[in-house]
Amino acid sequence: MNNTSECIHAQRLTFAYGTGPNVLDIPDFTVHAGERVFLYGPSGSGKTTLLGLIAGVLQPEPGTLNVLGHDVGSLSSAARDRFRASHIGYVFQMFNLIPYLNVRDNIALPVRINTERRSRLNGSLDEAVAEAAAHLGIEELLDEKVTRLSVGQQQRVAAARAILGAPELIIADEPTSALDADRRHAFLELLFSNVQEAGSTLLFVSHDLGLADQFDRSLSLPDLNRAEG
Amino acid sequence: MLLLHLARKSLANRLLTSSLTALSIAFSVALLVGVENVRTGMRESFSNTVSGTDLIVGSRGGTIQLMLYSVFGMGSPVANISHETWKEWDEHPAVSWTIPYALGDSHRGFRVIGTNASFYEHYKYRGGQSIALAEGRQAEGVFDVVLGAQVAERLEYAVGERVAVTHGMSAVGFMNHDEMPFEVVGILEETFTPVDRAIYVTLEGITAIHMGWESGAPPMPGEEITADEVLAMEEVPVSQITSFFLGAESRAYTLQLQRDISTSEAEPMTAVIPGLALSEMWQGISYAEDGLRVISAFVVLVGILGMLVSIYTSLEARRREMAILRALGTGPRRIVSLLVLEAGLLSALGALMGVGLVYGGLIMLQPWLEGRFGLLVPIRMLDGVQLAYVGAVVVLGFVAGLVPAIKAYRTALHDGLSVRV
Ligand SMILES: Nc1ncnc2c1ncn2[C@@H]1O[C@H](COP(=O)(O)OP(=O)(O)O)[C@@H](O)[C@H]1O
Ligand SMILES: [Mg+2]
Repeated sequence: MNNTSECIHAQRLTFAYGTGPNVLDIPDFTVHAGERVFLYGPSGSGKTTLLGLIAGVLQPEPGTLNVLGHDVGSLSSAARDRFRASHIGYVFQMFNLIPYLNVRDNIALPVRINTERRSRLNGSLDEAVAEAAAHLGIEELLDEKVTRLSVGQQQRVAAARAILGAPELIIADEPTSALDADRRHAFLELLFSNVQEAGSTLLFVSHDLGLADQFDRSLSLPDLNRAEG
Repeated sequence: MLLLHLARKSLANRLLTSSLTALSIAFSVALLVGVENVRTGMRESFSNTVSGTDLIVGSRGGTIQLMLYSVFGMGSPVANISHETWKEWDEHPAVSWTIPYALGDSHRGFRVIGTNASFYEHYKYRGGQSIALAEGRQAEGVFDVVLGAQVAERLEYAVGERVAVTHGMSAVGFMNHDEMPFEVVGILEETFTPVDRAIYVTLEGITAIHMGWESGAPPMPGEEITADEVLAMEEVPVSQITSFFLGAESRAYTLQLQRDISTSEAEPMTAVIPGLALSEMWQGISYAEDGLRVISAFVVLVGILGMLVSIYTSLEARRREMAILRALGTGPRRIVSLLVLEAGLLSALGALMGVGLVYGGLIMLQPWLEGRFGLLVPIRMLDGVQLAYVGAVVVLGFVAGLVPAIKAYRTALHDGLSVRV
């Protein structure tokens, strides 16, 4: 019943770390393909945990979470890693980059990790990296050490990495919270235009409600989640 | 390939720690491999203490004992061989030459060896090097003395000096034959073998010291024989020697000669093949090198442990990096591989540097080791044992890498994507 218009569909999704209490208990949560969804909630409400489940870093119960037509919970750990590498671009709040690789190598990394994602590139890896960098205005920085970059530049490198090879789903976990207001808007605009061009779905998480109106839809995690934060 | 690239970059990023870690492994590998080299050099030096001699013959007894007193100047013979018996073998058609040794006396703690011209001509050591005189001439007259290089150096004797030679081995014995006026006529060049620690006189010289001692006790007062009386003799009679070195006309005769000498009716004798006896003796003392080996193995272990600790402690700082790799689709097993690879690379690098250190050290120290200790440490390809050591260090490095890797695996699984930094 893989509804192609559904990018993420969670049903009776629960999760607890180890033997701890449930962090998440979500009866129903859907993100449609091509949507730009804003998910907000206070710190500690389980946003990152939900993203970890969607990305397949954490393992959900079988049958409770479908992402891009895959029942994440019934995939093996290795299959989830492959799935993530191939279909999902991920941007963290900060410290997104591998410190010992330069900008170019950081952007290229997901494609190096996953051959499927490489096959979706049009042109060579170098060209694709240069193009993604150009889209985010960091083409000058390609040979820089990442430790020399400002936080804003780092986030743009992370975004370039996430969109490289146009993964179907781009997940951003509070990517703007380390940026000041001006940069925040500039970054969002860049992210939006790139996501649009790639035709990807965007799941954007933040505790900063001020950004919500720029998205197709915004959701509050505490409203979705029945577990006691 | 990607992992190798990452591992390399990651190590290069922590250049100081990485190079210190690799260096500590390098030193431990250098020790392990170097000890092996020195050992080989020692064994070869040892088994070349005497060379070119086919047999050493003495009165019947243990082969090691015979070697000890004839070659190493240690211990004393049980009995002597008669002059006639020696002469018989000296003239044997299968025998090319012999060097007689008459032992039993000492001078200020150094052995006095009675021998003849054959010694200067035929005695060989270390791959066929002959002994040579650094100064003066061979001992020919009854009271001529030639000094081994170390003796000359220690006792600060020069050519022309008069010395007293004692009967018996004690350096401070009261039975010094002070009345015998020996004179230094030559000094041998250094050989770095026991040859350097002996004093050489003629067979007649040895006889002369013993004149009047036939009963085993000092001559009665008034019965002493003076130097002038000895010099006046037409021929000083030599009745006994202790042992002799023998060179066969052909190597092929050695075994037959050995058998014939050992079963000789004339008197009970033992003949040993020095090469064989030396390697047997080496076996006997080689437990000391096992000790060295164990120590260097422990040093290697400490080096590897240091690497383990350094990688382990770096993990906390690298949790973020692991989470990023996870988010990009790196499986936890690949994270394990990455860390194991880093450890393996470090130890391989360390091992390589260690081997480099050994060769560098050898090239620099070889002349000094040879000059100072007479220890020729050969520079050659690593042998099987050394290669095995180097391989073992690298393998051990990989295995040690598993410890931090498994820790990182656990952390990565537990952390997921939420690392608080
Ligand atoms: N690796 C972990 N192990 C145990 N508990 C965790 C872990 N990560 C997060 N949690 C807990 O789960 C809850 C939700 O955390 P998180 O998903 O990071 O929230 P948010 O991203 O909304 O701040 C918190 O109570 C946090 O303490
Ligand atoms: Mg979070």
